[in-house]
Amino acid sequence: MNIVSKSAAAIEAARAEGRPALICYLPAGFPDVQGTIDAAVAMAENGADIIEVGVPYSDPVMDGSVIQAATVQSLAQGFKVAQVFDIVKGITERCDATVMIMTYWNPVLRMGVDEFSRRLAEAGGAGLITPDLIPDEAAEWFEASDKYGLDRVFLVAPSSTEARMKATVEASRGFVYCVSVMGVTGARTEVSDAAASVVAAAHAAGATNACVGLGVSQRKHVEEIGAYSDGVIVGTALVAALRDGGVEAVGKLTAELSGRHVNA
Amino acid sequence: MNPTTGEPADGSQQPVPTPGESLRHAPGPYFGDYGGRWMPESLIAAMDELNETFEAAKADPEFVAQVKDLNKNYSGRPSMLTEAKRFSEVAGGVRVFLKREDLNHTGSHKINNVLGQALLAKRMGKTRIIAETGAGQHGVASATAAALMGLECVVYMGAEDTRRQALNVARMQLLGATVIPVTAGSQTLKDAINEALRDWVANVENTHYLLGTAAGGHPFPAMVRYFHEVIGEEAREQILAQTGRLPDAVAACIGGGSNAIGIFHGFLDDNEVELYGFEAGGDGIDTPRHAATITLGQPGVLHGAKSYLMQDEDGQTIESHSISAGLDYPGVGPEHAYLADIKRVNYEPITDTEAMDAFSLLCRTEGIIPAIESSHALAGALKIAARKIAAGATPEETIIIVNLSGRGDKDVGTAAAWFNLLDADSTTEPKDAK
Repeated sequence: MNIVSKSAAAIEAARAEGRPALICYLPAGFPDVQGTIDAAVAMAENGADIIEVGVPYSDPVMDGSVIQAATVQSLAQGFKVAQVFDIVKGITERCDATVMIMTYWNPVLRMGVDEFSRRLAEAGGAGLITPDLIPDEAAEWFEASDKYGLDRVFLVAPSSTEARMKATVEASRGFVYCVSVMGVTGARTEVSDAAASVVAAAHAAGATNACVGLGVSQRKHVEEIGAYSDGVIVGTALVAALRDGGVEAVGKLTAELSGRHVNA
Repeated sequence: MNPTTGEPADGSQQPVPTPGESLRHAPGPYFGDYGGRWMPESLIAAMDELNETFEAAKADPEFVAQVKDLNKNYSGRPSMLTEAKRFSEVAGGVRVFLKREDLNHTGSHKINNVLGQALLAKRMGKTRIIAETGAGQHGVASATAAALMGLECVVYMGAEDTRRQALNVARMQLLGATVIPVTAGSQTLKDAINEALRDWVANVENTHYLLGTAAGGHPFPAMVRYFHEVIGEEAREQILAQTGRLPDAVAACIGGGSNAIGIFHGFLDDNEVELYGFEAGGDGIDTPRHAATITLGQPGVLHGAKSYLMQDEDGQTIESHSISAGLDYPGVGPEHAYLADIKRVNYEPITDTEAMDAFSLLCRTEGIIPAIESSHALAGALKIAARKIAAGATPEETIIIVNLSGRGDKDVGTAAAWFNLLDADSTTEPKDAK
């Protein structure tokens, strides 16, 4: 199988510039479908290497209150899962950023894993980040992601054993998502020391790209984490910025996180 | 599942067990195509630890003896099997027997599971347990086990349910537990589980999630069933001792399905015994307000397991409705999904009205106030009886066991409102309770 990973290429390009990749999350349909596209483009223009679009889901057990509130709003406004493909297409048509979908598994299962994958590839998406799907249950997703050339990003945690770390790294394509703390999404003042050990364990297990998420909200976190990881994932802080200050605030925070000047 | 053909809705072929192969003690993680672990990696290590601890404990005579001793000397097991003679008359003269889980300490079957899991928590060196609760029965049982074993206890309860079951909230607090009202989502059981899972992810090092139903990721479905198997084992022995034969049918209510799987398990290999799970039909399954997961749901993943699920065309969980907080859950344990597909157990909906009629009937004919959850099984038993008689069965030679999973003290407010027993100037507003 010779699949060129789009997200690995994006991380590699950042590495060539001597910096960690910046991966920015926002939920689909928040504040509305067009608003998601505009905010994602602002992220890309201000230094985001990979955009992670979250599918709003009724039972988001890995999300803290800020992201929950945003996805609840999106669903209350009538967001339909198929619109996430319009968003991916809308973003990839307007900028070069690599676009991935982060989704809980049931919406994928409901649409059909093959159908979801086909539509994601067609929209120009790079792959899926799956917070509640572990490789042990992912047989269908292995098949579909290979068929459509999509990246599959699984999560590893401070609690992952060496054996699970190895199996998850092997199952992933693009990068592995290192959960920095035992907990749910949400901005934190300090990023836990556990992050460094998770990344070290992922590298030891053979991961080329180990990116860190959960709790990252400031430039100083990006610098700290960037020193030992291959990418830094920011979610809640950007969602709060979008909520409070719209697209402009998202662009500004992304620029700050990436250490660049604001590109409005 | 398609309610008319009984075929799995997605047309998939479910594995059919080899004739003669036992359905008892299915170890998981999979029950046919269902079960598994559809959950965050952060929790997998804890699930592995729990599984190892559980497997070792089952094989340890000391643990088995500990559970047995607690069941006998703390919960009051074996629970009685009571023939409900006056209720039986209304059921056309068939013989209805009640498995009296309502007489257990704390008033429901839930105590069986919490004592077992609290012992496992101690074995794992955990000092804190968290639990979700709908009706409050599992929360009360968890708070009880925590008090008994000196564990810290936090119970997550949908804010809607804390209003419906205010007395149980106070009961948990009296037992030393902290009750956290959950305001997310539909503010009911599923949202309480989400919040408990979030707590668990953050505190898994010192915390055991004492899940109260036979759902969730492996090993929960097989483990919760293990602790409830005593219901079916006792019932089977008791009916043989009291009538000299096995029953024609066994009926249980089903939300997540823990009391049902417990009593069914004793009879799973007795092919002549028909098994019935009665789901919450709410306002009726032709309305959007019900919790008839197996009757109308589609396979999906929720809270760690693949099973039948009430969901929309996008895979979003649909909010369930039932007059009974304990059945108000849009999922169901994976072993039930499997038993439905292979047609070993029949699953049918019972409406709020049918359940409340049966509730009232048992109160007046037997002097027993049942939980509204269990009243669904009573209503189901009346239907089974009518069908059997219509099919030519001799009533007095027909035996039905109903799992009376809990007592109805907690439901008096709801029932009083339903039957308009409250004064207009009463402080309890009937509409709140319904």
